[in-house]
Amino acid sequence: MPTRSKKPRLAVWKFASCDGCQLTLLDCEDELLAVAGAIDIAYFPEATRGKIEGRYDLSLVEGSITTPHDAERIREVRRRSATLVTIGACATAGGIQALRNFADVKEYASVVYARPDYIDTLATSTAIADHVAVDFELRGCPISKKQLLEVIAAYLAGRRPQAPAHSVCVECKHKGNVCVMVAHKTPCLGPVTHAGCNALCPSYGRGCYGCYGPMESPNAVSLSQWLKPLGLDERDLQRLYRTFNANAPAFRKESERHGP
Amino acid sequence: MARKTIKVNYLSRVEGEGSLKVVVRDGIVRSAELGIFEPPRFFEAFLRGRSFAEAPDITSRICGICPVAYQMSAVHAMENALGVSIDGPRRDLRRLLYCGEWIESHALHIYMLHAPDFLGFNGAIDMAREHGDIVRRGLGLKKAGNEIMSLLGGREIHPINVRVGGFYKVPRRRELATLAESLKAARDAAIETVRWVAGFEFPDRERDYVFVALSHPDEYALNEGRIVSNRGLDIPASQYEEHFEESHVARSTALQARLKDGRSYLVGPLARYALNFDRLSPLAREMARDAGLGPVCRNPFRSIVVRAVEVVYACDEALRIIEGYEEPAHAAVPAEGRAGTGYGATEAPRGLLYHRYRLDADGSIAEARIVPPTSQNQASIEEDLAGFVQDSLDLPDEALQHRCEQTVRNYDPCISCATHFLRLEMDRA
Repeated sequence: MPTRSKKPRLAVWKFASCDGCQLTLLDCEDELLAVAGAIDIAYFPEATRGKIEGRYDLSLVEGSITTPHDAERIREVRRRSATLVTIGACATAGGIQALRNFADVKEYASVVYARPDYIDTLATSTAIADHVAVDFELRGCPISKKQLLEVIAAYLAGRRPQAPAHSVCVECKHKGNVCVMVAHKTPCLGPVTHAGCNALCPSYGRGCYGCYGPMESPNAVSLSQWLKPLGLDERDLQRLYRTFNANAPAFRKESERHGP
Repeated sequence: MARKTIKVNYLSRVEGEGSLKVVVRDGIVRSAELGIFEPPRFFEAFLRGRSFAEAPDITSRICGICPVAYQMSAVHAMENALGVSIDGPRRDLRRLLYCGEWIESHALHIYMLHAPDFLGFNGAIDMAREHGDIVRRGLGLKKAGNEIMSLLGGREIHPINVRVGGFYKVPRRRELATLAESLKAARDAAIETVRWVAGFEFPDRERDYVFVALSHPDEYALNEGRIVSNRGLDIPASQYEEHFEESHVARSTALQARLKDGRSYLVGPLARYALNFDRLSPLAREMARDAGLGPVCRNPFRSIVVRAVEVVYACDEALRIIEGYEEPAHAAVPAEGRAGTGYGATEAPRGLLYHRYRLDADGSIAEARIVPPTSQNQASIEEDLAGFVQDSLDLPDEALQHRCEQTVRNYDPCISCATHFLRLEMDRA
């Protein structure tokens, strides 16, 4: 039985986000205690009291960079972390809050707050990898429980996590789903979206809305051509690419080709 | 003791990021501030120009802990604007989904975030070393809630199956029936949970809160009802902004909701329980009595017991809905965009969640207003803190600090929910 101090030290960090991706770890009800047996959960403020001290073997980072303070803090997290894995659309692409990147953040602040002058925020919301080196990016809004466990297991085994970068379409084919776009004329981002959810929305009769962000080599220009005859106008197309991964380069670029 | 400052810079076991600061001068509490350094994400700004149909998916991203609450307040507000109403099995399924979130969220708070305070552990994982069976029971309970969310919503966090007008796909009767076994076990676990938390030691502190919650004549309100208080308020959601207001306080740089007369008020389990006790299921009422709760509980530390009673209720109610479920012919009723204003208030696990949307003729959102439970409770939390510290100045610093943290955790503050919560300007006197 190894002593507690021999176990790798895990830290979970939060930047601008909804907390859902770190909650995914606590949602591993059947595995959580086993994970805690294999890895020392040294810093995880959502779950436990504990101080930031020393270095961490594995850091999971949730959230995007939206304030000058956080732009500094992520550098400190990087310095303390041997391996840094970003989890979720905020951390890997800037999240839904990256919609400010297409607008004037001062105007945004004036809409929400009576005293926008109190607000200290950056004009953009950006991915962690735009600020520091990242060892692995886990996609999704939210991430998948299974993939999170895979990341931790792979880390413990000293190998690369298995998280295929093909499209949601491939997952639909594996599942034997009827194509919602072909059969029901339902607009679907599945052809350009990164796998990981196991084709969740199409399995519920709904088009994929891209919460895992772009796949490895998406052809969004072509998909948009297919979407127009389904009744989507220019404004709809822009909205479709501008959600939780709006600032991921492939979606951003395609969204900029459309608009009201 | 001329001067004393208690600071907890990173408040653990609350969802999101917060801090608290209490300043004492010459034995008098001068200020008690709950600080939130959650960066603003500007939901109400970027919702403008989005389609009404996108609101449930977009607003669920305000909070990963209570996404269903955001989806429910959003769809009800939109349906209110579009003149659509949901009844029968689709209404029941929404209630079932909400029960799933209540069970999951309350079990998370009771077992992983709050109980460790009472038993002297840093968190549930530490607690599991000595109380493995209890922590496993909590995880099992949490899982039962998540199973509802996963089957009916598609996934536990940010479910994908909710839409304005109903659902994308409704479950078959036999699919829902598969949940019954685990829910029966969960109900037993919930009963044991009430007994377990009722045995904790609670500070003897009561406050005469203004309780505010939804209330419905026929059921313990989740999705629908009027907003009522124990001071005679009784209004539809559409009048919320006439009676409550949010202010941007310079001291804390945070939006705080108060009654228009300036008083603080309380939303969440204690308020719901006090205002709707007689609409709990017989089993939940019996468990409350066994736990020594009267029909009203004013001790915030006992909120953990009330949460446990609500878990019993949510299991009971989920089982009732599953038992009586008939598959509807269609998953959703049609909802077409049009100009109008819609209001929605539902009961998130942490309390009342208010949404208002103004729509343009094409169904695009022209204006959005969202008031989460934690910004409504913030003034109460600060008053609790001030009172608690004032009466406990003889405690050593470390114990006092821990009790202050616990005072905040009594509210299960979902700080990332509150997009309005900002970084605190720390007065480091």
